[in-house]
Amino acid sequence: MTDKNVAVSVKNLSKSFGNVKANKNVNMEIYKGEILALLGENGSGKTTLMNMLSGLYYPDSGQIFIDGKEASIQSPRDAYTYGIGMVHQHFKLVDVLTAAENITLGEEGKLNIKKATAKIKEICDKYGFEVDPQKKIFNMSVSEKQTVEIVKVLYRGADILILDEPTAVLTPQETEKLFVVLKNMKADGKAVIIITHKLNEVEEISDRVAVLRAGEYIGDMITAETNAQEMTNMMVGHQVTLNIERPEPKEPKPRIIVEGLTVKDIDGITKLEDVSFIARSGEILGIAGISGCGQKELLESIAGLQHVESGSVKYVNDDGSVEELIGMNPQDIAEKGVALSFVPEDRLGMGLVGNMDIADNMMLRSFRNNGSLFTDKKTPHDLAETIVDKLEVSTPSIETPVRQLSGGNVQKVLVGREISNAPSVLMTAYAVRGLDINSSYTIYDLINEQKKKGTAVIFVGEDLDVLLQISDRILVLCDGQVSGIVEGKKADKNTIGLMMTRLEGGMTNE
Amino acid sequence: MNNKKSEPLFHVIKRDDMTRGKAWGIRAISIVAALLLCALVTTVLTGDNPISVYATMFSGAFGSARKTWVTLQSLSILLIISLALTPAFRMRFWNCGGEGQVLMGGLAAAACMVTLDGKLPNALVIIIMIIASIAAGAIWGFIPAICKAKWNTNETLSTLMMNYIATQIVAYYTVLWESPKGSGKIGIINQNSNIGWLPEIGNKYLLSILVALLVTGFLYIYIYYSKHGYEICVVGESERTANYVGIKVPKVIVRTMLVSGALCGLAGLLLVGGINHTITTTIAGGQGFTAIMVSWLAKFNPITMIFTSLLIIFLGRGAGEIATVFELNQSFSDILTGIILFFIIGCEFFIRYKLVFRSGKKEEVKNV
Repeated sequence: MTDKNVAVSVKNLSKSFGNVKANKNVNMEIYKGEILALLGENGSGKTTLMNMLSGLYYPDSGQIFIDGKEASIQSPRDAYTYGIGMVHQHFKLVDVLTAAENITLGEEGKLNIKKATAKIKEICDKYGFEVDPQKKIFNMSVSEKQTVEIVKVLYRGADILILDEPTAVLTPQETEKLFVVLKNMKADGKAVIIITHKLNEVEEISDRVAVLRAGEYIGDMITAETNAQEMTNMMVGHQVTLNIERPEPKEPKPRIIVEGLTVKDIDGITKLEDVSFIARSGEILGIAGISGCGQKELLESIAGLQHVESGSVKYVNDDGSVEELIGMNPQDIAEKGVALSFVPEDRLGMGLVGNMDIADNMMLRSFRNNGSLFTDKKTPHDLAETIVDKLEVSTPSIETPVRQLSGGNVQKVLVGREISNAPSVLMTAYAVRGLDINSSYTIYDLINEQKKKGTAVIFVGEDLDVLLQISDRILVLCDGQVSGIVEGKKADKNTIGLMMTRLEGGMTNE
Repeated sequence: MNNKKSEPLFHVIKRDDMTRGKAWGIRAISIVAALLLCALVTTVLTGDNPISVYATMFSGAFGSARKTWVTLQSLSILLIISLALTPAFRMRFWNCGGEGQVLMGGLAAAACMVTLDGKLPNALVIIIMIIASIAAGAIWGFIPAICKAKWNTNETLSTLMMNYIATQIVAYYTVLWESPKGSGKIGIINQNSNIGWLPEIGNKYLLSILVALLVTGFLYIYIYYSKHGYEICVVGESERTANYVGIKVPKVIVRTMLVSGALCGLAGLLLVGGINHTITTTIAGGQGFTAIMVSWLAKFNPITMIFTSLLIIFLGRGAGEIATVFELNQSFSDILTGIILFFIIGCEFFIRYKLVFRSGKKEEVKNV
């Protein structure tokens, strides 16, 4: 940070959607040869701001200067001509094409794949990427796909890189690799902007942090001169405590017994293989693993949503009697008196109906409960009011469609409903994905509250730091198999990271 | 790298701040604008006075007691068909087979009238007709539904194709029951005995109107207050959510299409047994398709549908009247109807989005 060469500077940038001011008079500068971490809670306008730089949105007012000249960025293509490239959270790649084809996609003129491959190789060598240009996207791991996205952006000559939550889908080891590459880019004089919620990563990788709150630019700090607590306070606007409690389990008893569970998907690919474990009451069982290695199938098998090849899932009642859950659908399970709650990964596509209001979403679980032909609208409405009140859901009204709420509030509505019927088993998949610090801690507290009530909690997570703090035991999945179950208190991040990538990896380290 | 571009002339912004009153304001403006453009087109093309053209339009629909009754009766049939499609649409099942379902309902009614004439007492014939036509419509809805539920076939295609099958079946029976022989049509069935003619209530128009009102009320409650209605809505929004809470999606699809088809069958019964007392391949008159628009315009709300079907019927009858009174051909009235519908549908864009222009910060709420 010796030479402060401004790469991008924005002046009084504003953007609103309807009544919502996503960005209000944002002034900020981005320097060459620097990694800037953009921080802010959900809905604070980080993504909107970056989308304006990358040409997806056009600002309502204000100016953007690139290298000191005013720029009008009307499309992603314009952004490329200004040297701005963005890697989105959800990859935008064509599955059936190779890496090289994806990287050159949209180029004008005749395609010379040989020349392109050479250029890709050159970029990879320069920054330390590992990409096989001939490999098809559908054969790639998430981290490889991400690499392709970054190379694509560099291939098009980007000098300013924007990465939206790049580490959310990576293992610790992959994250390390990514950070090495980012540091190489920085050394090359590129400006890198990274959006992330993980403060330890911010501390590790960034030179400077900029904070947005409620669409406004709050300020920036040199990373080396600040700490996680200060950053959080700046984001939230008031003091927060960053501790997840882990109360001792009270008389844990087996609640869910999974034995030899094997699941195949529609194409016959094995998703889970011979998975066995026990989830106990009053205990949080964390599930760790690279995304897509069977977590979803595991939870859905227990919830009665997944066709199972073989194996059994037994529910143990308080009196010791046992119910076999395999072969039942969610309605059968509920009718058996098994209070099973499930917070799925896809909140608006599965857990809730986006276009319905909060009250109608409350009915999803309970609408069959009364004997009549008609729905009871009053009870769900009251429940909605209780949840909005107790969990501090910020919403214009109970009648607001849930898709209009921010991510954190959507999750509060979903978790609120799922815990409202006093569950004996609570399963959560990525319960805090995309949530800001404040909402995340609300959710952790709610889960812990259930644990204290004696609920067996199965917590699928992606942030290992959180998993290590909240779980009593952690089950590590690798490619659909159990690679081990470790005590939450004794486990460390590295061991789990290795177990995630190879079976028994932690033990049989070379 | 520095290819300086100017700011775009305007950009489109989604708006969330639209109140109901403001939305209706925009719709009203769009109708006025449509009428102005129609007036201009009329004067330029025909030289007739636009004011008198509009007056003629109105008198075409409501000019006399008889015209008013006929308008209301046509409205009832269109309304029933639109209502019939609505539960399927709310489930995002694009039932384009209203036409065929109405035809099959009508055919079943006609079949009872033809074959049971003189064999059973009139009251019994009518009861059998009601059951038969509702069942026939329901079966015509059931077939595409079961294909969708079992094999996930595209319902738009299968319902459309079922229309052609229905038309051809009716064409077959038209030849079979031809009367008088060689005329190529069935003619009025049971003209003397009146067997199977639905009873008149008050006058010959009121029965359909009453049935339409009943169906409107029934559907309003069914959609907004029943468990079935709630399930339909959940399945329409997201099948995954439906599975997640244990709603059996195939069952809901089939059940909803049975309701949809049955109500279309009911419309067929009214057309054959109550109004025309005969059947032709064109007896549904394209209303199975018009109903799609009526239902959409009303945002699938049964009460609003009364007004949207009134609008369509009014335009149709008014335009027909212009064609005869001013000795213009039917095409001219189609032009006017087209312009008006274009404005009405187009104004929804301005309800959802606003345009922001380069220089000022003025909101543009103008239509077109």
